[in-house]
Amino acid sequence: MNEQHETKQAEIQINGLENITGAEAILRCLVEEDVDTIFGYPGGAIMPVYDKLLDYSGKLRHILTRHEQGAAHAAQAYAMVTGKPGICFATSGPGATNLITGIANAYLDSVPMVFITAQVVSELIGTDAFQETDILGVSMPITKWNCQIKKPQDIPGTIARAFYIAKTGRPGPVLIDITKDAQFEKLLFRYKKCTYLRSYNPHLPLRKKAIESAAIMINHAEKPLILAGHGILISGAEKELKTFAEKTGIPVAVTLLGLSSFPCDHRLYAGLLGMHGNYGPNLMTNEADLIIAIGMRFDDRVTGNLKKYAKKARIIHIEIDEAEINKNVQVDLEIHNDAKEVLQHLIHLVKEKSYESWIREFRICDKIEFDKVIKAETSPEEGAIRMGEVVRLVSELTGDNAIIVTDVGQNQMSAARYYKFSSPGSFVTSGGMGTMGFGLPASIGAKIGNPGKQVIGFTGDGGFQMTMQELGTIMHYKIPVKIIILNNGYLGMVRQWQDMFFNKRYASTELVNPDFKIIADGYGIPARSISERGELKEALQQMLDAEGPFILDISVEKEGCVLPMVEPGASVSDVTLNYKS
Amino acid sequence: MGKQEFTISIFSEDHIGILNQITIILTRRQINIESITASESVVKGVQLLTLVVKASPDMVRKVAKQIEKLVDVLKVFVHSSDEIIYQAIALYKVKTNGLMSGNIIDSIVRNHHARILVVSPEYTVIEKTGHKTEINDLLNHLEPYGLLQFACSGRVAVTKQVKELNAYLSEMDGADRYRNENIELFEKN
Repeated sequence: MNEQHETKQAEIQINGLENITGAEAILRCLVEEDVDTIFGYPGGAIMPVYDKLLDYSGKLRHILTRHEQGAAHAAQAYAMVTGKPGICFATSGPGATNLITGIANAYLDSVPMVFITAQVVSELIGTDAFQETDILGVSMPITKWNCQIKKPQDIPGTIARAFYIAKTGRPGPVLIDITKDAQFEKLLFRYKKCTYLRSYNPHLPLRKKAIESAAIMINHAEKPLILAGHGILISGAEKELKTFAEKTGIPVAVTLLGLSSFPCDHRLYAGLLGMHGNYGPNLMTNEADLIIAIGMRFDDRVTGNLKKYAKKARIIHIEIDEAEINKNVQVDLEIHNDAKEVLQHLIHLVKEKSYESWIREFRICDKIEFDKVIKAETSPEEGAIRMGEVVRLVSELTGDNAIIVTDVGQNQMSAARYYKFSSPGSFVTSGGMGTMGFGLPASIGAKIGNPGKQVIGFTGDGGFQMTMQELGTIMHYKIPVKIIILNNGYLGMVRQWQDMFFNKRYASTELVNPDFKIIADGYGIPARSISERGELKEALQQMLDAEGPFILDISVEKEGCVLPMVEPGASVSDVTLNYKS
Repeated sequence: MGKQEFTISIFSEDHIGILNQITIILTRRQINIESITASESVVKGVQLLTLVVKASPDMVRKVAKQIEKLVDVLKVFVHSSDEIIYQAIALYKVKTNGLMSGNIIDSIVRNHHARILVVSPEYTVIEKTGHKTEINDLLNHLEPYGLLQFACSGRVAVTKQVKELNAYLSEMDGADRYRNENIELFEKN
């Protein structure tokens, strides 16, 4: 007995370093990186890590989702509301491949995440062993970086590197694959955060000359327009953007992921860009003589037909990722830097100005859009409940101050269009990837990341059923999220396209749905189904007042279309305002 | 824009999988690799990959940026053929008796600035260093005499420019304002 005790002591301390297992080292690394929450799902190959996790429950909270995809989306939303990397565990083989949609989603939306997957024991790699997948090969095109660890002593260095890469520059997901034997074997643990890699240089020297040229272009512009993207939120440049816009008097349009980077009720707010964005900013893109694009990547959903995009404008592109510059749109001036650093410098070089008649053009567009689209969508007097009306009411009832999470499709576009975002980082959505099923697990992650705020997830009846099993996670951890199902009995956005571009041939878009209230009952989650306008406000209030989670299933107009729309292949100035199905 | 030949020189860490990451980027854009060579570079531990591709100038520029964005890649250069000095090496294995009649072998080798590596009763191996057209010229000349094997390497190239990789690397280091003085490179085992 005594002898055993002595060897244990000897094992623990060698040269002042602790001798611990690879599994424990993984958790220690996470603690060193200030991680407190992990989303994941156990399985054979990752069991040593989960076993150790029991001893670390005081420092690391593990959220067991009901599917690895749910873990990935929840961790991404957690990262988006906290600004910290999202951490995700999964086992080898199917556990790892189930993450793929979530990894790809985070990659396209530049969200810092560290995925840790387990791998079969080293000597079995390459032999088609049970639950073996080449997850490095599979995830290579959708991660910022990935790496496999076969020896326990490589764990601290590689994890340190992973965090550094995920968080810096243009953030993104990284994946570390760790063999089961590396988890079992021991190492002398020592951790040092990574701050430098020879081949990777995210801290760029400020391009002062280019910024000076930008200031000259801005000071001479007559119809300038700012396009603010996700980069504003990632670099934390919301204040700088506001100061810059207010000093120069330039209107600010935002991309989908740039929403909430600039207050929607600001006099210089021009609106949302893109296919279902606002009329003004899309139309005026082709009137502007100067476009200042900050932290955005000219996605095809923003630009429409590139041949007819912003032809009257000179373009300044402020972007941290050099590969995005001149990728889709040829720019006149590139500033390859962090958005915040550029704005801080640029603010001092620009003149105070105002563009009253130019701003008035936006307000005229707003009026047209209100009369033709917004009025009927947000305050209809008859017919079925409209999506826009629900979102606008939620916006009012939450004082524009909730965190809004969405799924993908009409529910997403309605939430983006009609919620009046007032605080940065309050919109969580799947942008580049357009991942249906994102909404429910992302709502969970957002609420865990920011428990003090009301978190409302808008989803559709289609997307909800793609990850519906995460109701189990809500039940398990009593997560007080509010989920609104905008239920039209269709895959609404695809139906809209079939309506507009496929002669109304509704191929596989009508859904036969279960009773969502009964499903929620099964999970013990309070729920209500409504279809009458008269009940709407009161039902929303009931949902918001609920202490715990609440699911509100709202039957909305079955064949509603989200308008305006820049139709595929059309120019941004060729906006469809009227469409009768 | 028409397709042109470009030489892409990629300086990267010598990590497993880097080639895979590069080919993924090229495959996405449907760019075929005409030739590829991997070697050590002048900087210790830095690997040089030399790729020859045919693509439009615009496309090759975009792709080069995406390759340079890879975490393990240090620097990418794109050059047209007139900006570099380059060579490939080819080996030709021909039947010895086919060449032995008269002075043919001697004149072919001499005219093409090639050299004979091995002569045996059955076969002769000729080595030729040069540009692809020169290598193909010799191939055409040798074909009538019974070619047994032919193999050609990928292109290797150095640039005519004066600024060397080391200068770029120290610039990158100098630019890193957050660089910790006590750098600890996490070397892979």
